[in-house]
Amino acid sequence: MAGNTQTISEYIIHHLTNLTYGRLPAGFEREDGSVIGEGGAWVMAHGGQEAGAMGFNAIHVDSMLWSISLGIFFCWLFRSVAKKAHSGVPTGLINLVEMIVEFVDNTVRDTFHGDNKLIAPLALTVFVWVFLMNLMDLIPVDLVPILLGFTGVHFQKIVPSTDPNITLGMAVGVFVLMLYYSIKVKGFGFVKELTLNPFNHWVFIPVNLFMEVVGLLAKPFSLGLRLFGNMYAGEMIFILIAALFSAGWGWLLPAGLLQMGWSIFHILVITLQAFIFMVLTIVYLSMAHEDH
Amino acid sequence: MNINLTLFGQMLTFVFFVMFCMKYVWPFITAAMQERTEKIAEGLAAADRASRDLELAQDKAVERLKEAKLEASGIVDAANKRASQIIDEAKEAAVVEGDRVKASAQAEIEQEVNRAREQLRGQVATLAIAGAERVLGAAIDRQTHADLVDKLAAEL
Repeated sequence: MAGNTQTISEYIIHHLTNLTYGRLPAGFEREDGSVIGEGGAWVMAHGGQEAGAMGFNAIHVDSMLWSISLGIFFCWLFRSVAKKAHSGVPTGLINLVEMIVEFVDNTVRDTFHGDNKLIAPLALTVFVWVFLMNLMDLIPVDLVPILLGFTGVHFQKIVPSTDPNITLGMAVGVFVLMLYYSIKVKGFGFVKELTLNPFNHWVFIPVNLFMEVVGLLAKPFSLGLRLFGNMYAGEMIFILIAALFSAGWGWLLPAGLLQMGWSIFHILVITLQAFIFMVLTIVYLSMAHEDH
Repeated sequence: MNINLTLFGQMLTFVFFVMFCMKYVWPFITAAMQERTEKIAEGLAAADRASRDLELAQDKAVERLKEAKLEASGIVDAANKRASQIIDEAKEAAVVEGDRVKASAQAEIEQEVNRAREQLRGQVATLAIAGAERVLGAAIDRQTHADLVDKLAAEL
């Protein structure tokens, strides 16, 4: 809950600031008044302003740690089931994992008709990992930051998918795969696809190229930003509801009801967003495999 | 909200997890599921076969039952025939035996009659003599017997 010394906007901004480790440029005056010396310095940022000054030479420690932890959790969970997997009657956790695997497998089969050993595991990883990252959104927004605050860590965003770096990172990964398979499967056909579509005449090659490249680049951007936008908006609403709790005793009940309602609705959103990310990944890669 | 090195960090992590999933997770789970699918298909086929076998066995059993019934009715018929035959034979034997018994009885009766007759014949003479003696010994009615004696005398 927002402390007495914090205004609502400070509270919100605090919740939207990543724990950033990066290189501050030389001559930068820090919050505590110290000035960065010659050649810059790699430090933990104190607040959004410092993080902003770090520019590209920074890393969101919280996003990375949560994302990697969740990825490891996914690997551990599915690997333990993979080791136990047998053709007998499935029980408990095996049922759950097999249900997810079968669901992903069916989705891949419906959309992708080529022969590729990578697509299905990729889709499974994307689906479960994104789902787990989105799931962090359901943890009360103040719980982890306050607990970590006691240990001296003052910024914490526990939902990695509200960080555009995370979502775009995956989208760019998918984009690289798209390019790789486009060239591998179509070869020179990929160049033709970029230059002679939609107007099949050499005069239009620049126009075609421009349109196709824009279309191509739009895919990873829309993929990453869609997930980011949805999760960021959801997180924002959770933070606003959390801020409402501090507005006075009269607000406790309505804020509680809002919190509950939005949480229930959000269960749908996080699953749907994970599913959409997976389906679009499959669709884009299947387009990369198809010769026109 | 800044684009920074996190982007590449996430890309590397992404690649790593996808590789892990592809190498150590996906093949094992799908293989197990595939194996189970085959097992279930086999089981269903076996069940089909078993039910077909059952049908055949039932048909065979019905046929056997019919055969057995036929055989049994044949046996019953033969038995009935044999029984009546035995009865007939017994009847015949009884009649013959009866006749034989009757004949021997008759013969015995005849013999007995003859013997009685012989005996009687032997005794008649004595009786006649005794009777005569009595008649002669008892009061002779002169008047009555005079005629008889006279007749006898006359005949002599």
